[in-house]
Amino acid sequence: MDIFFQQIINGLVQGSIYALVALGYTMVYGIMGLINFAHGEVVMIGTLVTITVAGSLIKAGMPVILAGMAGLTASVLVCMALGWGLERIAYRPLRNAPRLTPLITAIGMSIVLQNVAMIIWGRNYLTFPPLLPKVAFEFGGVNFTLVQVIIVVVSALTMGGLLFLVYRTKLGMAMRATAQNPAVASLMGVNINRVIAAAFIIGSALGALAGIMVGSYYEIAHYQMGFMLGLKAFTAAVLGGIGNLAGAMLGGVLLGLIEALGAGYIGDLTGGFLGSHYQDIFAFIVLIVVLMFKPSGLFGEKTGDRA
Amino acid sequence: MAELLLQANNVAKHFGGVKALRDVSLSIRQGEIYGLIGPNGAGKTTFFNCLTGLYIPDGGGFVFNGKPLLADAPHQAAERGIARTFQNIRLFANMTALENVMVGRHVRTNAGVLGAMLQSKATRAEEAAIRQRAMDLLHYVRIESRADDLAKNLSYGDQRRLEIARALATEPKLLCLDEPAAGMNHTETEELRELIDGIRQDGTTILLIEHDVKLVMGLCDRVAVLDYGALVIEDVPAVVQKDQRVIEAYLGA
Repeated sequence: MDIFFQQIINGLVQGSIYALVALGYTMVYGIMGLINFAHGEVVMIGTLVTITVAGSLIKAGMPVILAGMAGLTASVLVCMALGWGLERIAYRPLRNAPRLTPLITAIGMSIVLQNVAMIIWGRNYLTFPPLLPKVAFEFGGVNFTLVQVIIVVVSALTMGGLLFLVYRTKLGMAMRATAQNPAVASLMGVNINRVIAAAFIIGSALGALAGIMVGSYYEIAHYQMGFMLGLKAFTAAVLGGIGNLAGAMLGGVLLGLIEALGAGYIGDLTGGFLGSHYQDIFAFIVLIVVLMFKPSGLFGEKTGDRA
Repeated sequence: MAELLLQANNVAKHFGGVKALRDVSLSIRQGEIYGLIGPNGAGKTTFFNCLTGLYIPDGGGFVFNGKPLLADAPHQAAERGIARTFQNIRLFANMTALENVMVGRHVRTNAGVLGAMLQSKATRAEEAAIRQRAMDLLHYVRIESRADDLAKNLSYGDQRRLEIARALATEPKLLCLDEPAAGMNHTETEELRELIDGIRQDGTTILLIEHDVKLVMGLCDRVAVLDYGALVIEDVPAVVQKDQRVIEAYLGA
């Protein structure tokens, strides 16, 4: 039974990260119907920027907490600029193109960003600087660390903030109006370009945050780390119903739990034939099952609702 | 004579070989109710779409309030003071009636993203003002009791009213109504008539596309008739009604 609770904790932590990344996919999809496959790379760049900034500041003798804050700020700003730039350079010129065109472009941007990161940061695994003290807790036979607690708490607060933004502010209202009918929203005076740019910028900021969490959790980073993370977060968004914010959050956490429990029990279930390093298959089994039986996801609306 | 609010100069729009608008020129005066009628497919809605920036005209252009209307994007037309409703209702179906109207307040408010994030005092005051103004508009079109219902759950007549309230929220100088009486019964049409007349009394110029000839002739100060994308006549209702070309256009020559 200890394994069960332990894996629940691990799943929650991983799921919070998936949820933050999934929000970036779902916001952009909800507003413009585009799956931004380069989003995973934005997360990767968020991690690597933090390594460079925080790592070199710590080496220069700055207190860890300040270096961490500087790394966080730099990473969020770089990712926001990157998200804005992606939309401006790669997607906006294709606004009225057939749907497949921006999708292929997104895959192209993903490859470009991976290669740029490889040139800047090299091909080797990099060590993420320890920004948080390594404190571990034990509660009823279940172990967890300070990093894990912070990941879950910060994710929850960030998601609460996002919901507030979308449901209680003018910008959020403009975003929801644009998602439902861009042409009419613009006739009511909503600047569509600004709303779409905002979706990319906010999504990328969440991605940067997720990138720092991934770095702190696994303590290593690599220029290809965004690929698998992006695919899984995309799966989480599809599971929750892509385009739906609450869906992305729930989908992320659910996917994290499914993976963790799957990895925890796969050995027992297959009589030791498959080990926990097969955990990645669960995300894709989930993706296939959702697409087969409920393509609109848990909270998704019928596709007919989008004009 | 009252000042001109809108001048259309030789506006043309083609779709492939179809000439939806052929050099249409007309002028709308400040404070009038101007009717635009014509048989189905005459180009009335195309004219609306050109005016509000949804289409870019292939020829000619508009002068609005003394300045050329550069319709690059619809939100710029909204900023200049042109608002519209749709022949087939296009509300934000999954937002409440109140939220639909609040979206329309966008162009007339300043609070930016940063203010929204930080929830500054000015932002909160502005949000409250937007909400209040939106409630007032719902009251104005007499559907304030439905404020918190999703737009898609409103009755057909109420949805039409909500569209008008949403358009009014942008504080238009020119309100363009695309067949507002379509599908309404006699009583509803009569109420609509009062509403449109009231909006004009409050100082908004109105451009009205309508099939209900009785409504148009009774309500409008001047009427223009389109047929096959070309302007047939522009005059007061009494003259238009008796014009031989108009009768032919409607009945077929």
